[in-house]
Amino acid sequence: MAVSNTVARPKKKKNYNNMAYVFVLPFVVVFLIFSVYPVFRTLQLSFANYKGFGDVDYIGFKNYIRVLQDKYFWTALLNTVKIWGVNIVLQLAIAFLLTIAFSDIKFKIKGLGFFRAVYYLPNIIAATSVAFLFKTLLDWRYGTINQILAKFGVNEPINWLGQPVTARLSISLIQTWMWFGNSFIMLMAGVQGINKDYFEAASIDGAGRWKSFFYITLPLLRPILLYVTITSLIGGIQMFDLPFLMGTVNGEPLGATQTAIMYLYKFGFATRPKQVGYASAIAYILFLMILIISVIQFKVMNRKED
Amino acid sequence: MAKTVKKGILYIVLILLAVICMVPFLLMLVNATRSGREIMTSFTLIPGSSLKENWDAVFGFFNLFLGLWNSFKVAVPATILTSYFSALTAYALAVYKFKGKNVIFYTIVIFMMIPGQLSLIGFYNLISKLKLIDSYLPLIIPAIAAPGTVFFLKQYLESVLPMALLEAARIDGAREISIFHKIVFPIMVPGVATMAIGGFIGNWNAYLIPLLLLNTPKKFTLPVMIASLNASKDIGTNQGAIYMALAVSIVPILIVFCFCSKYIISSISAGSVKE
Repeated sequence: MAVSNTVARPKKKKNYNNMAYVFVLPFVVVFLIFSVYPVFRTLQLSFANYKGFGDVDYIGFKNYIRVLQDKYFWTALLNTVKIWGVNIVLQLAIAFLLTIAFSDIKFKIKGLGFFRAVYYLPNIIAATSVAFLFKTLLDWRYGTINQILAKFGVNEPINWLGQPVTARLSISLIQTWMWFGNSFIMLMAGVQGINKDYFEAASIDGAGRWKSFFYITLPLLRPILLYVTITSLIGGIQMFDLPFLMGTVNGEPLGATQTAIMYLYKFGFATRPKQVGYASAIAYILFLMILIISVIQFKVMNRKED
Repeated sequence: MAKTVKKGILYIVLILLAVICMVPFLLMLVNATRSGREIMTSFTLIPGSSLKENWDAVFGFFNLFLGLWNSFKVAVPATILTSYFSALTAYALAVYKFKGKNVIFYTIVIFMMIPGQLSLIGFYNLISKLKLIDSYLPLIIPAIAAPGTVFFLKQYLESVLPMALLEAARIDGAREISIFHKIVFPIMVPGVATMAIGGFIGNWNAYLIPLLLLNTPKKFTLPVMIASLNASKDIGTNQGAIYMALAVSIVPILIVFCFCSKYIISSISAGSVKE
């Protein structure tokens, strides 16, 4: 019996497991062609001078050196960081306040399902439609928003999209409008995973709302906060649709809303002739930055408190 | 007493925030019924009488229903491919032992962290070499390999699939692929649905890649079509028509959202818990 078992088993098992190769094959083939290859092809092109057709001349690190010395690239990157920064701070602040309100055991706020859905609503709309909606609503002379403000006594129409600071601020606020619901849902999911006993115990010990937030909720939410911030950063550095459609590829006014990816797009797709190698080098420099920031952020936020 | 007042203020703030989320859409709907001139001169929440004119102006400029249909033709097959092949791949990774399994898994994890725009240039270069510019194929086929979805479904499967069930099916003589189709996939449906909804919205709203790949206006997906409003002088100055075009692009997804907001929200919560 023991003998027959050892003989029969391995044969059968091998049989089952080999099927796995068939099952993963479509994924692996498509993944290699459409995900892995483009990443390495971009890397290869980043060392080349290439117009998108004709010869590919390899020129070493020249593209990278040019990116690092290109003040317009740095301006675009700084614009991206400014727009993202204002947005993430507001977005997380609102999401946190909502999380505190909805998880408060004394208030017992009703309608979480409804509010969650409404707060998330702006996020499912295509950024293209959102961009046009706000571009039209924010129109300096004829936009509905300035008309509403006029009813509240703001008689001087604000040229929202025509001045660098307000143009960036408008995009930040629209991003916040689109994303705070998403962050709130994630934080709320995290809070609902926290054992209620902690709050009960803290309450018995006389800890108030804010104390239990800072000493229980916040530390336990750290992994989710890290996840939300990193995904937002990766998404934020890739910001394109909103500023691209609300201004132009050059980021009117005065380049104030040109983001890093818009700058990449300009060289990779919009200029004639294209500067594909240069755009690829921009992509890799952005990637390195994201990588470094993610690692630092991960280290800082994951630090154990002793 | 103080508590009731505080609670009341809190509700007002929450409702105000909800209003802020909805008002832009409300303004859009109202303005879609008003003439460009009316919108430019005054603000009101009372619908106007120019619905028909705006509709005609929009559809005289482009056929938005064609854009809706094109988006549908891209998003539906892409979502189906992502759902099926991610489930299959996740099943293989969760259940079987085979050489290269860890390599595949760690590559998936690494690629989840690589920003998509990084490979944009290489992707476009590949598609032009394959002579697939202006085709829907490069918008659909890559959906077979969705690393994030595979990752999520693998974790999901490991928590919900009883291995004894597979053994029992094997003893009954079931083939591996039919075990997947008849036993495993039905168990995965909630997880797959969660990912499918997110994937569908992502595909439906995608702008940059369709913008780069599609040249023929008749093939434009909805977001690309809407973005072409930027180039038009005659409709660009008619705000009524712009709001109408936006309403046509937004209302379908609002209706969908009313019916499946629960699933959409559970998909985000799932995303945060996987960490």
